Amino acid sequence: MISEVIPTLLHSVPVDDTWITFDVNSFTQNFWSSTFDGLTFGAIYALVALGYTLVYGVLNLINFAHSEVFITGCYGVFFTLSALNFGPSAPRLGFWAIVGNLILALVVAIIASALMAVIVERVAYKPLRQRKAPRLAFLITAIGVSFAIQYTIYWWRGPSPEAALTMFRPLAIFDVFGTIVDSQQVVIIVAAVILMIATDQFIRRSRTGRGIRAVAQDPDTATLMGVNKEKIIVTTFIIGGILAGAAALFYVMKIPSGVQYNGGFILGVKAFAAAVLGGIGNVRGALLGGLLIGLIGNYGQVLLGSSQWTDVVAFVVLVLVLIVRPEGVLGSSLGKSKA
Amino acid sequence: MSTTDGPTLIPDDASAQEIADREAKMRQRKGWFPGLSDKWNALPRQTQWLILIVVVVLAYLLPILNPPLITTEPGNNWQIALAQMSVYALVAVGLNVVVGYAGLLDLGYVAFFALGSYTAAMFTSPDSPYVHIPYLWTLPLAMAVAMFFGVVLGVPTLRLRGDYLAIVTLGFGEIVRILATIIPAMKGQVGFQNVGHPPGTDSSGQTIFQNSNGTPWYWLTLTIIIVVLLAAGNLERSRVGRAWIAIREDEDAAEIMGVPTFKYKVWAFAIGASVGGLSGALFAGQVGFVNNQKFDIATSILFVAAVVMGGTGNKVGAILGGALVAYIPLRFTAIAEFKYLIFGAALVIIMIFRPGGLLPARQSLLAYGRLAYNKLKGAVGDIPPSGKVVLEPGKGADK
Amino acid sequence: MYRKKVISAIAAAATLGMLVAGCANQTAPSGTETSGGGSRVNIPAISKVDVPAGAVLPAGDGKGTCPSTTTLAYAGAETGPNAQLGINIFNGIQLAINQHNAANPGCQVQFKKFDTEGDPNKATGPVTQIVSEPDIIGVVGLPFSGESKATGNIFEQKGLVHITPSATNPSLTKNGWTTFFRALGNDAVQGPAAAKFLTDKLQAKKVYLVQDDSDYGIGLGTTTSAALGSAMVGSDKVVTGQKDFSAVISKIMNSKADTVYYAGYYAEGAPFDQQLVAKGFTGSFVGPDGVKDDQFIKLAGDASSNAYFTCPCIPGELIPSFESEYKKLANAEPGTYSIEGYDAVTVLLSGIDKGKQSRADLLSWVKSYDADGLSKHYKWDSTGELATPDVYGYKVENGKIVPIGVIGK
Repeated sequence: MISEVIPTLLHSVPVDDTWITFDVNSFTQNFWSSTFDGLTFGAIYALVALGYTLVYGVLNLINFAHSEVFITGCYGVFFTLSALNFGPSAPRLGFWAIVGNLILALVVAIIASALMAVIVERVAYKPLRQRKAPRLAFLITAIGVSFAIQYTIYWWRGPSPEAALTMFRPLAIFDVFGTIVDSQQVVIIVAAVILMIATDQFIRRSRTGRGIRAVAQDPDTATLMGVNKEKIIVTTFIIGGILAGAAALFYVMKIPSGVQYNGGFILGVKAFAAAVLGGIGNVRGALLGGLLIGLIGNYGQVLLGSSQWTDVVAFVVLVLVLIVRPEGVLGSSLGKSKA
Repeated sequence: MSTTDGPTLIPDDASAQEIADREAKMRQRKGWFPGLSDKWNALPRQTQWLILIVVVVLAYLLPILNPPLITTEPGNNWQIALAQMSVYALVAVGLNVVVGYAGLLDLGYVAFFALGSYTAAMFTSPDSPYVHIPYLWTLPLAMAVAMFFGVVLGVPTLRLRGDYLAIVTLGFGEIVRILATIIPAMKGQVGFQNVGHPPGTDSSGQTIFQNSNGTPWYWLTLTIIIVVLLAAGNLERSRVGRAWIAIREDEDAAEIMGVPTFKYKVWAFAIGASVGGLSGALFAGQVGFVNNQKFDIATSILFVAAVVMGGTGNKVGAILGGALVAYIPLRFTAIAEFKYLIFGAALVIIMIFRPGGLLPARQSLLAYGRLAYNKLKGAVGDIPPSGKVVLEPGKGADK
Repeated sequence: MYRKKVISAIAAAATLGMLVAGCANQTAPSGTETSGGGSRVNIPAISKVDVPAGAVLPAGDGKGTCPSTTTLAYAGAETGPNAQLGINIFNGIQLAINQHNAANPGCQVQFKKFDTEGDPNKATGPVTQIVSEPDIIGVVGLPFSGESKATGNIFEQKGLVHITPSATNPSLTKNGWTTFFRALGNDAVQGPAAAKFLTDKLQAKKVYLVQDDSDYGIGLGTTTSAALGSAMVGSDKVVTGQKDFSAVISKIMNSKADTVYYAGYYAEGAPFDQQLVAKGFTGSFVGPDGVKDDQFIKLAGDASSNAYFTCPCIPGELIPSFESEYKKLANAEPGTYSIEGYDAVTVLLSGIDKGKQSRADLLSWVKSYDADGLSKHYKWDSTGELATPDVYGYKVENGKIVPIGVIGK
């Protein structure tokens, strides 16, 4: 039924074929596979979005360099797995061996990302905070750091993507309306959700989490109340780094040839769009925003014909959200005193 | 506050003045040539104009002179290098209006540049099916198109805070690039060839404005830069310029004082966009080939680096910054691949240590600026601690 | 303490995730990816190729004389994502020039390389530099169709002859350029040859065509799809630099195609093939000369065993004299178009030896050239096309590319 109504509706829109084409048949045929793919990407965006959202909540700063923190994690994964002889073909190892290797890669990615996050904070943002620089300076520095790191990687590894790494051969798990959902997608979505829940609980229940919320609400009062502001800021960056490292593993899992010097950039902007969509500072909002951006992006891609529409869609969503409801779908809540 | 000593003394005039002096000194943006700015201001206006004319004549003569140490050859053709430097300088002047005057961080400026280039290409290239118009008409058309999109982008987003504006403009820059790839009418990577050029043939019948001859393009762009500079200078000294400074320094205070901030922010955005479109059209004409590969986000950052390095808010600094950003990779071809790394790192270092850039904007009264400035400086010398200024007749600088 | 909790939560999450993967991935993947369904047609490899008897060699007669400033140039990719295609070519050129200079002590031709990264945007700068250096009297380049299109005018304006060893877009010779010469067959020939190969030799019934957004990919995609006609069940586009092909792959799987034809370069072709096989595609993957490179095998891994290639290039590695000399120079087997680069510069070198040492003279020499090279007979028509070029087929066997013979004219 739906597959008949929508085409008739859309064909009545007069759109010149050379500017935009709507491929409705493809959309309805591939609906379920693009849904699951969208959720998978969305999970990755959500993990990265958390890094943006926490730093923005605490420092009121868009950390443009977070995309580089993410790609550093990807390089960590790449080097670890290459050293363990993973390559473009699926590995000929037993189940537990693969799990062990992947956990090792995860740990390396997390450490690399967290380290990069702390370095960025110490080298670029702290001096500006000490000099009480204006907002514009923070933003310019953030983008400068992002590019400096990207092109350092370019200098070191060159412009081409790294060799592809297949981690395991995905097997079909269940069948939804004719589309196969494979183990790769399930792993990524489930693991991302678990990590988000863990972070959410950490922010709401732990002492450090309370400190983060306090600094987000009012830094000076928090200092008066005995919270060590500098330590909280570093901790926030570290948490962002840990989540970005996990996201890096899942990203390389999903897109094996995606490790490239500028691989983090577009993903970073999409993740920021996700953070804004869900509500800046809101952990659950980041998850919701990420999944939404992933879904809408994938639908747009199939509907409009080219893989790059995912990017356009993400930006358009960002602009619309900022205009219509800047606090996001779930509202920004890091600074609110929800116990 | 100590609980063992008595209460702190209220500072009297002298120490209050000391504290104020110290803070003013900290806030003062020092450039790389600290004494130069004072010396320049002390010169009489006629001398200033004379020096400027000499500089301008030298600039026009540069492609012919091809000075030995400075030249970019043999790696890159000098005249074409100059043409590219001038285009980047124009871009920097435009971006300076947005970032430097009004304090709006635009990270997607390359979008306007791209819009200007595509306008020029789509209306002059034989590859495009649309109506063809002479190249010189595409220059104002490019400005209009870019200004239109500047307003369209600005109106919804300029009400947002500065950080959000930065990311929205970043997104817009990427969107224009992606749309150039996926919209079939814009021909993606294949692009438009044989973009038009201004008319004119020389004595041997060959067209003057060729893709491989940079000199006429350089002169054209240089002339346009001078016109834009004069216009920008006028804007600086007008009510709009003052409003921009107010918005840049403290938007809330400006709003309270009755400055219509939103309207002037949109003006800044639109004016910056139109200059970007103009430079895009000039670039398309000089290179002769427009496709989707040139207009990436890294170029936007180069533009921002040009403005920041040169001196945010100073239009001459912007020209210098733009020319440098184009010149360094062309002259030192060995490091050309790493230009983004160098300029990215330069941005960070400049922001931390010398936020004013090479030629920082002068903090000064703009109306009757020089007059008042020199009067105060000449008549007074140093302000005494009591804060009382006594103007002695006859000791002022010239009128 | 809570930090420990977070870390243990993360570790638990990771383990849980892997367990879920494991539950579904019980048996360890076994052995190589030999495709299950769809019987793969077996076409045997050839082991030698005929070399014309009177082929002109760079050494010539050893008596050439020329001024020491005589220079030939290469303009094309040396770095960048598809650099290997350019490297193969300039190694071939370097070999020829070395052989020439060794045999002709009175004529030492210099060789300059200009890097364009294969990018039409970056090509205009180096080419402008080339045309303004008066010592350069001939150019072998540019290898890619897009960059040739962007710079053809500059060569034309300055009357500098340029022979492309690999740019195949048919429209390049339709611009009225008098300085452009193509040392191989173009895509108007390669497309129909590929279509014939797919339907006849590979017995494909349902072909899915995927093209990239470059000048080369679009041109080849158009000629091939026209020649395939009803055998093509669907087509789609990808973009340069694209990393994730899941949308295209779902469409391919839905269409039940048994063969995929990819018109583009190996930088995207390799990850595409790899993801295609990972998602369970069991048919053949056919690509043109832009994909035919060892880099493709390296980047795609085991998935590349399903690949075939078409190429208007001859297998230079089967000519023993060329192969051994090339190996000494470059420490690698000759690659795609190495021999075409070698032959193209030989044409220019033979002109220099005969005293044609200005741009105009060399241009008219090439225009009226009519002789054999190692790879084919070279005689150009008025637009710069060769008369009767061959298209060869190749396949992947045991991780190497081997030729399987001529597949069409």
